[in-house]
Amino acid sequence: MSAAAPRFPTPLILSAPAALLFAALILTPLVLTALLSFNEFEHATGRTHGFTLDHYLAVLTDSYYLEIFLRTFRVAALATAICVVIGVPEAYILSRMGNPWRSVFLLVVLAPLLVSVVVRAFGWSMLLGPEGPINAALVALGFGRMRLLYSEGTVIVALVHVMLPFMVIPVWTSLQKLDPAVEQAALSFGASRGTAILRVVAPQILPGILSGSLIVFGLSASAFAIPGLLGGRRLKMVATIVYDQYLSDLNWPMGAAVAVLLLAANLIVMLTYHRVVEGHYRRRLG
Amino acid sequence: MSFLELRDITKRYGTLNAVSDVTLSVEKGEFVSLLGPSGCGKTTTLQMIAGFVEATSGSIRLDGRDITHAKANTRGLGIVFQSYALFPHMTVFDNVSFGLEMQRVPKAERKDRVDEALGLVHLSPYAGRYPRELSGGQRQRVALARALVIRPPVLLLDEPLSNLDAKLREAMQFELRDIQRKVGTTTVMVTHDQAEAFSISDRVVVMEAGRITQIDQPYRIYEHPETEFISRFVGKTNLLPGTVQAINGPAASVSLAGIPVEINAGGLVSGETVTLCVRPEKLRLIAAGQGRLPGRVAERYFLGSQWLYHIDGPLGTLMAVTPNDGSAPLETGVPVGVDWNPSVVRVHRGRLAEAPDPTLEAH
Amino acid sequence: MTRNGPLALIFHTLVVLFMLAPLVIVCLVAFTPENTLSLPTRGFSLRWFQAVFHHPDFVQSFWNSLWLALLSATLAVALAVPAALAITRWEFRGRGFLNTLFLSPLIIPHLVLGVAMLRLFALVGATGSFGWLVAAHIVIVTPYVMRLLIAAITGFDRSVEQAAYSLGASEATVFRRVTLPMILPGVTGGWLIAFINSFDELTMSIFITSPSTVTLPVRMYMYATESIDPMMAAVSAIIVGITAVAVLLLDRVYGLDRILVGQH
Repeated sequence: MSAAAPRFPTPLILSAPAALLFAALILTPLVLTALLSFNEFEHATGRTHGFTLDHYLAVLTDSYYLEIFLRTFRVAALATAICVVIGVPEAYILSRMGNPWRSVFLLVVLAPLLVSVVVRAFGWSMLLGPEGPINAALVALGFGRMRLLYSEGTVIVALVHVMLPFMVIPVWTSLQKLDPAVEQAALSFGASRGTAILRVVAPQILPGILSGSLIVFGLSASAFAIPGLLGGRRLKMVATIVYDQYLSDLNWPMGAAVAVLLLAANLIVMLTYHRVVEGHYRRRLG
Repeated sequence: MSFLELRDITKRYGTLNAVSDVTLSVEKGEFVSLLGPSGCGKTTTLQMIAGFVEATSGSIRLDGRDITHAKANTRGLGIVFQSYALFPHMTVFDNVSFGLEMQRVPKAERKDRVDEALGLVHLSPYAGRYPRELSGGQRQRVALARALVIRPPVLLLDEPLSNLDAKLREAMQFELRDIQRKVGTTTVMVTHDQAEAFSISDRVVVMEAGRITQIDQPYRIYEHPETEFISRFVGKTNLLPGTVQAINGPAASVSLAGIPVEINAGGLVSGETVTLCVRPEKLRLIAAGQGRLPGRVAERYFLGSQWLYHIDGPLGTLMAVTPNDGSAPLETGVPVGVDWNPSVVRVHRGRLAEAPDPTLEAH
Repeated sequence: MTRNGPLALIFHTLVVLFMLAPLVIVCLVAFTPENTLSLPTRGFSLRWFQAVFHHPDFVQSFWNSLWLALLSATLAVALAVPAALAITRWEFRGRGFLNTLFLSPLIIPHLVLGVAMLRLFALVGATGSFGWLVAAHIVIVTPYVMRLLIAAITGFDRSVEQAAYSLGASEATVFRRVTLPMILPGVTGGWLIAFINSFDELTMSIFITSPSTVTLPVRMYMYATESIDPMMAAVSAIIVGITAVAVLLLDRVYGLDRILVGQH
């Protein structure tokens, strides 16, 4: 029977409490921030008022900011690329495991997601620190102590660690939807393992890879704790700018402008993905 | 005044009528089936009786009471859903006693009645199990017990056997009827399976495109279908096109591809085109040269309890079915004579299009 | 039984080591008897754990985080259950919008949410309020609960509710006795993942906590930028321990892969 369910109170009443909370704590603050980004800022008094595009202009033209944007983009892009290179094969290997190993290792790879980012960043700072095991190994091998912390490389490595689950999950999902018989069909027609993977498996999991890449890129570009703890004071990223503006310079309008740009960038990327990629793949793969 | 009365029940969705002017009277204790292909409105009708769908117009009366607009949880009907809809988080016992709990039946009496209901469906040792531990047939019986334990005035069954495999389905059909007879509950069943409806119902309501096309006892519907749709939907039939040559009193002479055949005249006019419908089991295969039509055995199929023959003849291929009574079947290629009793011939005035393959009929 | 070649398994082992290394080392260093960051090569000691318990700031922050997580998870579930029911059960105008709204915190960087809420709190005088902090966390964790609930509700055989209704149950009884028990795994799983996410949250919390409401991750962050000693490792080990317990519970109740990856 597919008839209407017993009559409940209308759906609007049911979703009202949550909707109100979200309107108050998501929509309103975002609107306020957007408005704030157009305010002038008086350094002397710390007051904000009026309307100006100065902050946006500064952000988009000042070399200080542009350098940081470039760095952020570079770091995020590299982290994403490495996540693809490591995460996709790992997801594939996991999918080819039998139980119970598969469940165990899926847990192992995904569970760190649930540990606070501070702890993970701290763990890396210990691993790569002057007293840490990596350096100890380098000394033992005769390379001498290396300064591994506070560089772009450290930040990228730690980002990869934090972001890898976000890549594995969508790729894994794509792999689950695969019909294994399709790969076998390719083999039965004489394709080598490599060709089968490249021409049959990879195209079908491409949506998953793209989805994962976008998530990883977006999260990496707005990352705060990792650059903060492992990048040092000189290695600033977009999130650091916002932090500095809001909590040390107290130039909230400026910080708001950067935040708005960051949000806009995230949303544009998400929307483009949905429109272009999903549409394309939905037609092909259903 | 019958026990359950539907009068001019109509359900409209936008401009589409899912059900139109359905009028039906069900007597107390009767087992009635709503039969038809998917989309014919039988399920919607049942849902209106249950109260899950509100009728656009018309009335439903139960034991004299108008329940047309009563809420579904006040009608007190027993319903067995197609998917059984058992409560997965409750034991079999709790499932069956749920309706009694809602009726605020005291605990001791609840236990007695649940035990009785489980005994009726032969599931007493399973009272403590959970639905996921039961087979499909067992779940169906729990659903039945749950519906019957509340002693409903009417029992509604929505395709109760469609999720069972063929063998189980057959056995359950008769068990269902036995239980219903024992308890005496008025029952309305929805099904698309003609054999199922015919084997256990007192009366069958054939529906098509939202309307009732025939209400009758199963035997009468089978032998005397009122429309060509019904004669095709219900069982197989052979179509023999011909022209009336002459009327001789009570008999008419019809030319079937040049071969004269005598049938009952029954209001026919000379020169009229007619189609004779004869069911496969009514054809008798006798010695060649005898009977009404000549033929030759083209194919023969063994169906276990029957033999199905495809007979080639002047009117194309006819289907004939004979019981497997132990005698030797006919060999392919053998010429035969096809005969039948004139009283079992259904005459359709005009041409009937070739009957579509019944196996392609959507369920 | 794996069908992976030896090369694949080596690669896989390296990945696993990579994922576990920082967590393992944190837990090991937490037990060091030394004064500086080092591995407990000369025996295990609980001195740094004791140091944590005697550090009033950290103890305070621990309780802040715990209460915050408990409250926001519970309230998020309370809000999300009716909202998820509304979205999945009915067609109505604004349904798509609401769906997007409720899932939006997933695509808005916590950084942006943090500064946006900071601005709002300043305007309404909510800075330093624990209640507003809870509200902010509720908003952050609700999407996780919603996703699970929507999956649980759509995977539901509606005729079971109809059956209960036909047997005489009122709408409220149907919800209490049939619907809720059947979506309970989704509710519990959602609660657990909401708890974990609230407990872990850093970036947004940095902006909206005040000295009295500082959460544990924020405290750690502030402390770590100043000095680094094994006490941080001890705090980290505690967090890892709590997370491990929650993860095991989650796996038992719902299945970790189902929660993180989704049902398919």
